[in-house]
Amino acid sequence: MSSADDELAIDIRDLRVRRGSKLVLPGISLQIAARTVTGLLGPSGCGKSTLLRAIVGVQRIESGSVQVLGAPAGTALQRHRVAYVTQAPSVYSDLTVRENLQYFARIIGAPADRIPIVVDTVGLAPNVDARLDTLSGGEQSRASLAVALLSEPRLLVLDEPTVGLDPLLRRELWDTFHRLASDGATLLVSSHVMDEAARCDDLVLMREGRIIATGTPEAIRECGGSTDLESAFIALAGPR
Amino acid sequence: MWRLDGSGKRVHRSGGATLSIRAVVATALRVLAQLRHDRRTLALVLVVPPALVALLRYVFDGVPGTFDRIGAPLVGLFPLIVMFLVTSIAMLRERTTGTLERLMSMPMAKLDLLVGYGLAFALLAAVQAAVTGVVAFWLLDVHSDGPVWAVVAFAIGNALLGMALGLLLSAFAATEFQAVQFMPAVLLPQIVLSGLLGPRPLMPHALRVVSDVLPVTYAYDGLVRVTADRTGNWLWIDALVVAGSVVVALALGSATLRRRTA
Repeated sequence: MSSADDELAIDIRDLRVRRGSKLVLPGISLQIAARTVTGLLGPSGCGKSTLLRAIVGVQRIESGSVQVLGAPAGTALQRHRVAYVTQAPSVYSDLTVRENLQYFARIIGAPADRIPIVVDTVGLAPNVDARLDTLSGGEQSRASLAVALLSEPRLLVLDEPTVGLDPLLRRELWDTFHRLASDGATLLVSSHVMDEAARCDDLVLMREGRIIATGTPEAIRECGGSTDLESAFIALAGPR
Repeated sequence: MWRLDGSGKRVHRSGGATLSIRAVVATALRVLAQLRHDRRTLALVLVVPPALVALLRYVFDGVPGTFDRIGAPLVGLFPLIVMFLVTSIAMLRERTTGTLERLMSMPMAKLDLLVGYGLAFALLAAVQAAVTGVVAFWLLDVHSDGPVWAVVAFAIGNALLGMALGLLLSAFAATEFQAVQFMPAVLLPQIVLSGLLGPRPLMPHALRVVSDVLPVTYAYDGLVRVTADRTGNWLWIDALVVAGSVVVALALGSATLRRRTA
């Protein structure tokens, strides 16, 4: 292993985020290694999306620092290196899959021959000329994911990307995530599905705005004293 | 000053803001593609203004003086209203569906998005003004002493004013219900005070002063001057005020496009 494998893709120190009157993140510190697939797990409403938004640099923060790929989050430089897929598909529902991809490819300067590649990756080849509002929710999410893959980003931040997908496609997407990581990208994937957690290199468990555990799936299982991740999570989260 | 850099793709302004021609054209094409998919909106944009001009033509059949006065300027006023509505809804959708946030997380300048929208809607306004003009001036015998192209040119300017105001106001609307209410709230009083319904010199002093600072007053005055073939300094002042209002509204509107939100 070269020393480059030790470098951090994400380095967060004492991050505090307030949304309205609610202190969503009361002070989080988190380091994520480069070239890994990290799962961010926790119940909905625990602050996962807010944390991801801070990493992408679209969240106004109260205090703390967020370093991404060795530079502050959200700068002009980061917009070339970081791609972000929100939970709700952020694509134009009144355009076709192809028209959406053509538009975003022109904005980020991706070559047109990336379009058929990403369409294949997310399994939308049969629907490429269908308007998004005629497609299912899962297909719209995949179109949104395809946009993020256009730029071959160094950090890919995905908020619940596999919701509503059939198991076969979900497995294929996880294979894609690992292939991207072995090609040098870092992936941060939020999920509340525990069986996906086992497919991550590293896990970050969150609850009520705080990080309650980090480590490999094996370490989490061991620490929680259980053979399955769900029981381990419950053990680590403590009694309600 | 504008200059091209080595790649020829990016144009830089001395202020530091960059405008990417590629991103502007891509945005304009995307907006036009959305309109192309929405045939009913396209039909409404192109059919409603000439239909309303025709309606007014026959409503004022018995009082020919009134329609002679307002008929031609009206042709250039419709794009203002239509583009205001279309832009405020389109930009609200960008904000609520997350596409704006996605674009702001990409290497795209705010100005690219705004100018892209402007380009697409200016084109739509030109077609709308041309269709309305053909119907009004040829089929309905609406009279203009000035050249028809000048009416169309002013109509495009008004469309850009409507677009810029709609873009700015969309920041203050959380829902589409609210966005459409800004038309009667913001645009209608300006149209009422512009001189369309009655000459401004006959208004109470306070209302005249208010109308002096509203951009639509100058948009309407310019159209009246163009259709009456009264060129001269005042026409240029009207054009400059409309153009200046577009720039100010766009600048304020661009300040409402935030990279980071709460």
